[in-house]
Amino acid sequence: MYIRKILFAVLFLIVGTVSAGVKIENWITADGAKVYFVENHNLPMIDISVSFKAGSARDSLKNSGTASFTNHLMLLGSGGIDEVSLANQFTDIGAQLDSSFDRDKSSFSLRTLSEKKDIAIKLFNQVLHKPDFNENVITREKKRYYASIRQGETEPSSIASKAFMKAIYGNHPYAFPESGTVSTLESIKRSDLKSFYSNYYLSNHLSIVIVGDVDINAAKEIAEKISLGLPNNPKASFYPEVQITEPQEIKISHPSTQAHLYYGGPVVKRGDPDFFPLYVGNYILGGGGFVSRLTGEVREKKGLVYSVYSYFMPMLELGPFQVGLQTKKDQIDEALALVKKTVKDFIQNGPTEKELQAAKSNMIGGFPLRLDSNKKIIEYISMMAFYNYPLDYLDTFADQVNAVTVQKIKAAFQKRVDMNKFSTVIVGIE
Amino acid sequence: MQLFKLLFLLILTPSVVSAEVHEATLNNGMKIFVKEDSRSPVVVSQVWYRAGSIDEVNGKTGIAHVLEHMMFKGTKTSRPGEFSEIIAAAGGRENAFTGADYTCYFQQLEKSQLPVALKMEADRMQNLIITEEEFNKEINVVMEERRWRTDDKPTSKANELMQSLAFVSHPYGRPIVGWMDDLENMHYSDAQEWYNDWYAPNNAILVVAGDVSSTDVFKLAKKYFGNIPSRKIKERKPQIEAKQKGVRRAELKAPSKLSYIQMGYKVPALDKNLDKDSTEIYALEVLAGILSNTSTSRLNQNIVNNAGFAVSASASYAMLTRGGLSLFELYATPSEGVGVEKVEKALKDELAKIVENGVTEDELSRIKTGVIAGDVYQKDSVFYQGMQIGQLETMGYSYKLMDQYTNNIKKVTSEQIQMVAKKYLVDEALTLVTLDPQPLDPNYKPQGKPHVH
Repeated sequence: MYIRKILFAVLFLIVGTVSAGVKIENWITADGAKVYFVENHNLPMIDISVSFKAGSARDSLKNSGTASFTNHLMLLGSGGIDEVSLANQFTDIGAQLDSSFDRDKSSFSLRTLSEKKDIAIKLFNQVLHKPDFNENVITREKKRYYASIRQGETEPSSIASKAFMKAIYGNHPYAFPESGTVSTLESIKRSDLKSFYSNYYLSNHLSIVIVGDVDINAAKEIAEKISLGLPNNPKASFYPEVQITEPQEIKISHPSTQAHLYYGGPVVKRGDPDFFPLYVGNYILGGGGFVSRLTGEVREKKGLVYSVYSYFMPMLELGPFQVGLQTKKDQIDEALALVKKTVKDFIQNGPTEKELQAAKSNMIGGFPLRLDSNKKIIEYISMMAFYNYPLDYLDTFADQVNAVTVQKIKAAFQKRVDMNKFSTVIVGIE
Repeated sequence: MQLFKLLFLLILTPSVVSAEVHEATLNNGMKIFVKEDSRSPVVVSQVWYRAGSIDEVNGKTGIAHVLEHMMFKGTKTSRPGEFSEIIAAAGGRENAFTGADYTCYFQQLEKSQLPVALKMEADRMQNLIITEEEFNKEINVVMEERRWRTDDKPTSKANELMQSLAFVSHPYGRPIVGWMDDLENMHYSDAQEWYNDWYAPNNAILVVAGDVSSTDVFKLAKKYFGNIPSRKIKERKPQIEAKQKGVRRAELKAPSKLSYIQMGYKVPALDKNLDKDSTEIYALEVLAGILSNTSTSRLNQNIVNNAGFAVSASASYAMLTRGGLSLFELYATPSEGVGVEKVEKALKDELAKIVENGVTEDELSRIKTGVIAGDVYQKDSVFYQGMQIGQLETMGYSYKLMDQYTNNIKKVTSEQIQMVAKKYLVDEALTLVTLDPQPLDPNYKPQGKPHVH
C-alpha cells in the first residue's frame, strides 16, 4: 500500500502541468504546399522532411510496386548527376539524405549542418525535382527488389503480414504489398515511373516540415524553393473508401519453430472523431508495453510469448486495428483464444477507472518524451502536417486525453471494434 | 527487453565532449555520471551493471539476460510488474538490455520524476525476490524470445554459429540469449546466484542525462544508493582466446530463398589504457567505414552495384569491447543465382585491393567529415549521450575517450589502413559461415478459406 500512495501522488503532480513547449508556425507556399516550421537554435543543424501523397495505395493491382520503386529510384540519380556523385556530394558536406515509404506516403528527409545548408538544400531540391530514373539503375534495382520479395516469401512474419493485409482489404489498394510483386515489377518501365512521378508528386499534395537552426524568413525561402516547379493539380483524385471484407481465417504452414498470428480488421481513419477514446483504450488493451492487458494475460501470467501487442493505425482511409504475437507452434491455439477473450472482455466491459487514470497519467506525463529531440519533433510534426491535424493538436493533446472516460472508451470500442468482422492469419501451423 | 550484440553504436559517431560530463563516486564504490542537457524537460536514467554474457559459464549461458527479465518481477516490498506500473504512471518509458559486456536498465521521464526511477533501481539493486513460480513462467518468455530472435531467423543463426566457431575459449563464442538447452535446464537458483554475484553498487554505475543539475543528481544518488553496502565481486578469469591458426568454415542449412555469407577476422580491440598506441585500432575503424559507411562505399559500389554479385554487402568493426578482442566482419547476401564462393572472392578482392593500393584522399576525407558532422547530430539524442558514457565505463574505458576519438580518426592515413589490412585481414585469422538456403516444406501451401494467392 506504500507504493500505491506514490502512484496517486504522481498522478496528482503531473496531470495538467505539462505543456507542449513546441511552437509551430505554418503557412502555404505559392505553389500550394503546406509548411510546418519549428525554429530551434539549440544545435547548429537543420532537419527537413517532405511527404507526398504517393504511397503504395496509388498503385493498381496491375502495376503494384510502381509507387515504392519511384520513391526508391529518386535517391539514385537526378539532374543528370549519377547516383555515386550525388551521394558523395551529400557525404562531402556531412549531410544525410534519406527516404521512407508506406501505403499513404512517400517521404524524403535531409539533415544538414546549418553552415552547409545552402548547398545541402540545393542538392535536396535536385533530388525532389529532377529524378533521372536511369535505365541501368532500374534494371539493377529491379533484381534487388525481386530478391527481397522472394526472400520475404520464405519469412513467416512477412508471409503473415502480406496475407493479413490481403485478407482485411480485399480489392482496396491497401491490400497490395508495398513493394509490389515480382510479376508486376517486371512489367514496370521507365515511362511508368516518370508518369507516376508527374501524376502524384504534386505541390498541392506536399507537406514540408522544417525544424532547427534557421529563422522564419529563411524557412519560407526554403519551402518556396522545395515546392517551386512541382505540378499543382487540384483535381488529383484520392483512392476509394475501404469496404469491409468478410472475415477470413487463413492458416499457412511453415517450418519455423514459432507460429505468427495477426488478428484484426480496418477500423480507423486519421481525424476520426473516436480517435482519442480508441487510442487511450488501446494503451490499456495492448499498446502500453509491460502494463497492457494483453501483455499481462498472454505474457506475464502464462509465459506464452515474448511480444504481444495491439494497435490502431489511422491512415488516409480506414487503417487497421491489429493484434500480433508469435509463440511456439503447439501454443498458438491457446494464445489466440486468450487474445480473443481479452479483446472481447475489453469491448464488453471497457477498462477500469484505475486503468484509465494510469493510462492518462502516462500519456500526459510522458508527453515531453515525444518531443525531446529535433528528430522526434520532425517525425511527429510531419505526421501532423501530412494528415492535416489541427495546429493546436500538441497544445490540446492533454485536454483531449483527459476528456476520455471509461464510458467513452467502452462506447467507442463497442461501436467501432467488431470482432465478428475480424480476420485471423496464422503462419507456421504444424 | 532486448539483447545487444557487440556494440556498433560508437562507430564513426561519437558525440559529447567529456568536459561536459560530471562524475562522482559514492562511498560504496558506485559511480555516478551526469550529462546536463536542458533542451527539453526530460531526463534519462540508466543503471549499468558490469555483468553480461561474457561473465557466464558453460551450462548456464543466457543467465545474464534471464536475470534482466527477473529484475521486473518484484522486490521485498513490491509485486511483480509493479515497477513497470509506477514508471508508466509517472509518464515514463522503461526497458532493459543485456549485451556481452553489460546489462543496462533505463527509464525516460519528465524531469521532475527522476526520484521515482532512482528509488526503484536502488530497491531492485538490493531487494530482488526471485521465486520459482515467476521464474518458471519467465523462462518460457525467454525461450520464445530466443525462437523469435534466433531460431527462426537464418542470418541470426548464421551469426550465432560464426561467433561460436570464431571464439573457442573466449566467452564471446556463446550467444547472449543462451543456448536453448541451457535455458531449458535453468533453475531459479541460477538466477539468484547471478544476482548475488554481480548486482552490487560497486559493480554498477548510474548515468543520468537531461534537464537536471549534477549537484541535484549526486544528492539524489547518495540518498537512494548511498546506503547499499558494497560487496566483494567474484573474480573474473581472463579467458584469453588462443591464437587462431588457419581458416575455419561452417555451413548452415535453413529455410530461405537467398544465401548469405558472414566472414570474421580476429582483430584487437582498443586497449583500456588510452595512453597506449591506438594507431591500428583507428585504422581498422576507418577501414570499416570506407568499406561500407554509405551507398557509395566500396562494398556496395563494387560488389552490389557494379558487379551485381550481391544484393547487399557491408562491413563492421567493434573497436570497443570489454573482452579485449574483436572481429572485423564482412557480410553479404549474394544475388539470386550467384554462388557464395564468388561473393567470398569478391569480398576478399576488395580487401586485397586496399592492401595493394591503399585508399584515396577523398575516401578518407568523407569519413572524417562524417565524424565531425556526427559530433553535432548525436547531441540531438539525450538517451544516446547517456548510452555512450555507460557503455564506455562498463567496458572499462573512460568516457574521456570521446575527447580523443575524432582527433584519432582524423590522423588515420592510407598507409596505416594498408598495414592493418595486410596484418589482420588474413585467411589464418578468418572464420567464415555460409547459409545454404533450403526450400520451405514441400507441402507448403495456404490452407483454409478462401484460398490466398
